[in-house]
Amino acid sequence: MIAALKNKSKWQRYFKSLKFALYCLTHPLDGFWDLTHEKRGTYAAANTILILTLLARVMGLRFTSFVIKPLYWEELNMFTYIASILFPLALWVIGNWALTTLFDGKGRLGQVYMATCYAIAPYPLIQFPLMIFSNFVTVDEVGFYNMVNVVSLVWAVFLIIFAMQQIHEFGPGKNILFTIASIFAMLVILFILMLFFSMISQGIAYFISLGRELLFRL
Amino acid sequence: MKRIITGIAAFALAISVFAGSTISVCAKDKSYTYNYDYWGDVQDSPDFYMVQDSFTSGALGLDVPMKSPQGLFAKDNLLYIVDTGNNRIIEMEKNAEDGSFKVLRYITEFKGGDLEVKTFATPTDVSVDDDGNFYIADKDNSRILKLDNDLNYIMQFTIPVDPSLDEKTNFQPNKLAVDTAGRVYCIATGINKGLIKYESNGDFASFVGATPVSYNFFDYLKKKFATQAQREKMISFVPTEYENIFMDHEGFVYACIASVKEEDLKAGTVHAVRKLNLLGDDILVRNGEFPVYGDIYMGTGGGISGPSRFTDVTCMDNDVYVCLDRNRGRLFGYDDQGNLVFAFGGNGNRDGYFRQPSAIVNMGRDLYVLDSLDCCITTFVTTEFGDVVFDAMEQFDRGEYDASEASWIHAKDLNGNYDLAYIGIGRALLRQEKYKEAMEYFEVKYDADNYSKAYKQYRKVWIEENIGLVVAALIVIVVVPLAIGKIRRIKREIDMADIFRI
Repeated sequence: MIAALKNKSKWQRYFKSLKFALYCLTHPLDGFWDLTHEKRGTYAAANTILILTLLARVMGLRFTSFVIKPLYWEELNMFTYIASILFPLALWVIGNWALTTLFDGKGRLGQVYMATCYAIAPYPLIQFPLMIFSNFVTVDEVGFYNMVNVVSLVWAVFLIIFAMQQIHEFGPGKNILFTIASIFAMLVILFILMLFFSMISQGIAYFISLGRELLFRL
Repeated sequence: MKRIITGIAAFALAISVFAGSTISVCAKDKSYTYNYDYWGDVQDSPDFYMVQDSFTSGALGLDVPMKSPQGLFAKDNLLYIVDTGNNRIIEMEKNAEDGSFKVLRYITEFKGGDLEVKTFATPTDVSVDDDGNFYIADKDNSRILKLDNDLNYIMQFTIPVDPSLDEKTNFQPNKLAVDTAGRVYCIATGINKGLIKYESNGDFASFVGATPVSYNFFDYLKKKFATQAQREKMISFVPTEYENIFMDHEGFVYACIASVKEEDLKAGTVHAVRKLNLLGDDILVRNGEFPVYGDIYMGTGGGISGPSRFTDVTCMDNDVYVCLDRNRGRLFGYDDQGNLVFAFGGNGNRDGYFRQPSAIVNMGRDLYVLDSLDCCITTFVTTEFGDVVFDAMEQFDRGEYDASEASWIHAKDLNGNYDLAYIGIGRALLRQEKYKEAMEYFEVKYDADNYSKAYKQYRKVWIEENIGLVVAALIVIVVVPLAIGKIRRIKREIDMADIFRI
């Protein structure tokens, strides 16, 4: 473990792959092709971007000006707040992979994950400076903040769509079709999850009532 | 295998034990007075008003007990009760020392004039102008009477002559208000075109301030496709009637509407209180965190549900207006910006609780509430907290900002959950050009608008003071990249130059 940490070439590759995310921002088609086909992306970098995204979101709660985002701390649940990013991400990755793998998609599960993480890079990149900027804003100037905020989201969405196209080696039309289909796949997974959850909770409730009954009798 | 089974059994048992234990929760006693914070949470508050006394017919020493009194009017130190059930008006004088009342006279009939009926039939409201003339809404006689102070007939106001109004309509004037020029504004039962405005000579002038009609697209569509029979059963899209009016010290009419629907209030299509100018436009300022409709939680509780139903409104000289809710028996005070200053009251038989409140007036800061079912007048006087808050508002309006700040700080010390106190301190500081401190107070209570005002000034001052630094930073931002580019280019040229090639 420590030996791996001391390995200088690994660090170099990590930083190089992280820097490659910046290239993908401006050259999505070229960048995401090279990401998997030229092996220029690493999981370490993808995880880093994801962690930065989560960090931007959580830190935004505290450090964004109250003029823009007044926060009712009593109602905030940090775990569900973080899950509100991780859970849709997991659904997207699994749903997209499960669907595209049936229709000649070349991307593997890990590659879909990596490409998606690289594609959300605009979010932390814009949100961190925006967080600082928000503290110098009056109510009349909130429009500027909102505009940049929307840019960070729209940019990320476009990158995700382009990334999937390059990962799976799809044409533009097929890509759009499968992007929409993936969203439906997410809904199906959600439905099945809820079905299982309610069944399992009913199963547990059965054992609980059984235990109660036993306690009464004994 | 056996170990796994015992493990599962133990786990199931453990869950059942934990699930069985319940957590006991104590119901918290709510205070009499309350307010809402920024998030809409109900915050307990020290009392803003307290009951000084409550006067029943016996306590006032009336010859005949009151019978469903409907109206109340205050002028200087005189209080008028419209004793509707006994067809009379009771004039009382307030003793300023102990707050008690002395009955001056019972007004049951008038003199002069060539009218047949010289008594009242179900009078519902009274108003007195600066000359001491009485204006009486004589409901079942279909007239508004103007009498002088010795009860001599001057004139009457009758059914408005207007093409839109059927002459055979039973005209029932219900509530009225009179401005300084002697113009009469009246609400009549069944007339929903707004307030009826009469000129001072008794001519009908116009209808003013009809409430905007609210209906949504689906209602409209439904009506389009309905048959005649279905259509008659539907609620027609007509303006709602006003419940009561009050003429404030500046000549604006406060009008309240009781028959409001929760969804209309929340959508903002209907306002429970309107402040009308001479043209009948609504000029009430609604800058508060919550709309001016009383309780923001309208769920069922104690058998009562629905929005607050404002049955009367009164406005003090410091522009704080108090609305009386007959649904939950509460009083809601709002300041001139539409912020909730206080809310208190309830339904019940105790002092300070009501069964069927119907009218409210103020004398200075004192409030008088009439209960038609109990036939009782409740006198409210401000507590120390109430006085301090009113002082702070009045000082601010007069421009005494440091005094206002001190009063608001006192109010904050009495009630730390009072958002208006923090914002009040901030506003006073802002006027004293202490922007940084003002910003802190606004930030605590999430007042983004005032914060931005303070911050804009703070930012301006900061830039003016540090203009050198700002210019330097700008130069650095512009010049440094240029310089770096230049140096790189030179370096490149040197590297590429033939002389250095070996």
